[in-house]
Amino acid sequence: MAEREAQDNDQPLLMAENLGKSYGGLMACRDVSFALYPGEVLAVVGESGSGKSTLLQLLSAQLAPSAGRVSYRMRDGVMRDLAKLGEAERRFLFRTDWGYVHQDPAMGLRMAVSAGANVGERLMAVGWNHYGKIRDSASSWLERVEIDTDRIDDAPRTYSGGMRQRLQIARNLVTEPRLVFMDEPTGGLDVSVQARLLDLMRNLVSELGLAAIVVTHDLAVARLLSHRVMVMKGGYVIETGLTDQVLDDPHEPYTQLLVSSILPA
Amino acid sequence: MNAPAYNFAYLDEQTKRMIRRAILKAIAIPGYQVPFASREMPMPYGWGTGGVQVTAAILGRDDVLKVIDQGSDDTTNAISIRKFFAKTAGVATTTSTADATVIQTRHRIPEAALHTGQVLVYQVPIPEPLRFLEPRETETRRMHALGEYGLMHVKLYEDIARFGHIATSYAYPVKVNARYVMDPSPTPKFDNPKMDNCAALQLFGAGREKRIYAIPPHTSVVSLDFEDHPFSRYRHDAPCALCGAGDSYLDEIVTDDKGSRMFVCSDTDYCEGRQAQGHRGSESAAPHKERAHG
Amino acid sequence: MYVAVKGGERAIENAHRLLAHERRGDREVPELSLPQISEQLSLGVDRVMTEGSLYDRELAALAIKQARGDLIEAIFLVRAFRATLPRFGATEPVDTGKMQIRRRISSTFKDIPGGQILGPTFDYTHRLLDPQLAEGVTPEPPATSDAPSGAMPRVTDILGRDGLIEPAPRADDDAPVGDLTREPLSFPADRDLRLQNLARADEGFLLALGYSSQRGYGRNHPFAGEIRLGEVEVEFMAEDVGFAVPLGSITLTECQMVTQFKGSATQAPCFTRGYGLAFGQSERKTMSMALVDRTLRARELGEEVLAPAQDEEFVMSHSDNVQATGFVEHLKLPHYVDFQSELGLLRKLRKEFAEANETLPMQEAAE
Repeated sequence: MAEREAQDNDQPLLMAENLGKSYGGLMACRDVSFALYPGEVLAVVGESGSGKSTLLQLLSAQLAPSAGRVSYRMRDGVMRDLAKLGEAERRFLFRTDWGYVHQDPAMGLRMAVSAGANVGERLMAVGWNHYGKIRDSASSWLERVEIDTDRIDDAPRTYSGGMRQRLQIARNLVTEPRLVFMDEPTGGLDVSVQARLLDLMRNLVSELGLAAIVVTHDLAVARLLSHRVMVMKGGYVIETGLTDQVLDDPHEPYTQLLVSSILPA
Repeated sequence: MNAPAYNFAYLDEQTKRMIRRAILKAIAIPGYQVPFASREMPMPYGWGTGGVQVTAAILGRDDVLKVIDQGSDDTTNAISIRKFFAKTAGVATTTSTADATVIQTRHRIPEAALHTGQVLVYQVPIPEPLRFLEPRETETRRMHALGEYGLMHVKLYEDIARFGHIATSYAYPVKVNARYVMDPSPTPKFDNPKMDNCAALQLFGAGREKRIYAIPPHTSVVSLDFEDHPFSRYRHDAPCALCGAGDSYLDEIVTDDKGSRMFVCSDTDYCEGRQAQGHRGSESAAPHKERAHG
Repeated sequence: MYVAVKGGERAIENAHRLLAHERRGDREVPELSLPQISEQLSLGVDRVMTEGSLYDRELAALAIKQARGDLIEAIFLVRAFRATLPRFGATEPVDTGKMQIRRRISSTFKDIPGGQILGPTFDYTHRLLDPQLAEGVTPEPPATSDAPSGAMPRVTDILGRDGLIEPAPRADDDAPVGDLTREPLSFPADRDLRLQNLARADEGFLLALGYSSQRGYGRNHPFAGEIRLGEVEVEFMAEDVGFAVPLGSITLTECQMVTQFKGSATQAPCFTRGYGLAFGQSERKTMSMALVDRTLRARELGEEVLAPAQDEEFVMSHSDNVQATGFVEHLKLPHYVDFQSELGLLRKLRKEFAEANETLPMQEAAE
């Protein structure tokens, strides 16, 4: 892992250039440009309607842009325009090099199938064919996300919300992706559960050298997880910079408003 | 009134041409399900119309046809289909696996090894191996196209986690030519190895679901499994009570209401052939007589 | 000593003979004639023609007789026969606007040009069993009047003149019409295949789905814009003479449902429509078909697909009753080989279960 980092840290992993999406007359997001580097965590914050969710869909190639483009550096080092990838390539990326953590874990898990199968699926998709080894790998990942390994044969239907989210994370990380997209990863969870989950995520991201784009309306999440933050309003990026700088010293009035609305702990 | 006049083997030549085109495409892409415009046949959907259409499309005047169901030539539906072809094609029919050029079968592969030049036509109810994991045809077509069989692997993993074994005993999925996952039709998994590197051409017809697929001769067919849970055949562990065979698939016959049972070869031609050669099982002291039936 | 069961062939022959005997029933009772079926059980004949996809009253009546009154069995017979017929082309589209109308109603307007014509209908009869019919009755001759002279424009055309309803979808005149009996169905299905599938679909299945949509499972606020019954001319373009040759006339029932209006940023809102068409007098079928045609357009019209009646793959894969009954009834065929495999697996699992549970009590005792 360290070797790879040394090789490609100078080159951006993901690049957005003048990215925009509109639906008929309605513009969901416009003129978004940035570069994301390996191991870097970028938070995209804003209220609902700011365009942040649409942006995440564009960046993860689930929506085609109306303007601009998104490029990703594949494992062979070549920068590829996501809009030009074939469906097979895109789906392969999604299963190996990328992770996507949904706000609702039920969207990112097979709820009726055991935790072990959920985590093992990606391994089997890339050719692992030894039940014992798949199970062992799944088991060690459950441990890593702090799920009791006795629960490996239970379906996530029987898990609590926090556990499901941790399982979803394990399922995504098992193929050692380089980039993880997260959509409100702690939304809907109790505050104490959130804190524990954020801690876990921060440790995993740094241990594995993951790059991540985290969409959230919660500035505390941004503060805890990200190196850089982009603030969105009405479809535009209105402010961007190092997380601590933006949150401690916001320039834009809207950002100041957001920051000051955080209830004191 | 309009009185129908039927073509050789019932189907008109245009229809046969259409089916043969589908068959050729299927042979060119082993294990891939080719859609075809299945015709309404004079027997119900689900009762072998796919197999009958495939057989009707390839049958020639000099062919010798064998039809079996559950391994036997004498089960009602096998008789019905054999009579249909005798009436509409006038071809010679036989119960001998070795003598047949075309064998239409439901749920079994004959015990005797097939040879070059023979065609085995399987009747298939549900051609899609992923159907019970994913009911939508639009999704399963995409999975096959992209070679994405994760759902199948998940099912096999779950079986082992839950039962300690893969819990599929028939219609056991196989990988054909290292590319497509295929449903071999509801043959018992005991028969799976016979499909691998088979000398005969294997054709599969699903009339109601409107799909044809094929395995050309000498193609690799591998049953899905895990390295540490390898595929194993199930066979009741006993010799055939009539001919003593220890390597054939056996039917369980309940002989009274006190729980007595005996096990007999499912492949009637194989069993009778062995008996004709002098092999005997525990229940066969003398050549059998026909039981009087109404 | 066990002897293998033989004699399947003889059993089948005897079964056929017994069937023919049962079909005839009590020989003292007069045998049914085809005209009796066609004339006096005409709605059954209409259904068999519609779902059998073949307009021939005599053949449909024969099928009903051969099927002993089982309409799905009769439909099967007609379909199997149809499959053997040579195809020499497609007719010109029939013009239901020029129909010789015998019944025509609209629930969207109190009165319409041409008027509301009740025709021969069960509507407004009291469902009281009539013992007189058991004896045999000579009904009074019906009232007569001159044939309607005024125009009978379709209600949907009236609404359409003001742009209040979406125009009837125009197909590309040069594009070949899809045919389910010639190509396998694939999804998403175009309108021509969808309507063909629904026209051949089981009446009960469509009825239940239409009903479910009215009860909220994919509701689209339907109104019966118009239902018309009558005869239309069927014409065939004869290449040699260069004009369309009339082949005869057939009886059709047509239903146009006026449904939930829709608009978009670029289009003013207007009513949408659902369409149903069947042979003979088949109101339940055409109304259900029109409701389901509309619900299946959910995706096309940007509606969320939540209900079974809106699920194209579900509805169109299960609408054919000949296929459905074939597969359901195939469970009667022998399945003992596969059952044997399942028995084997089950016995193995039960044995392992018993062994696993045997050891537990011993462990507890040891502790």
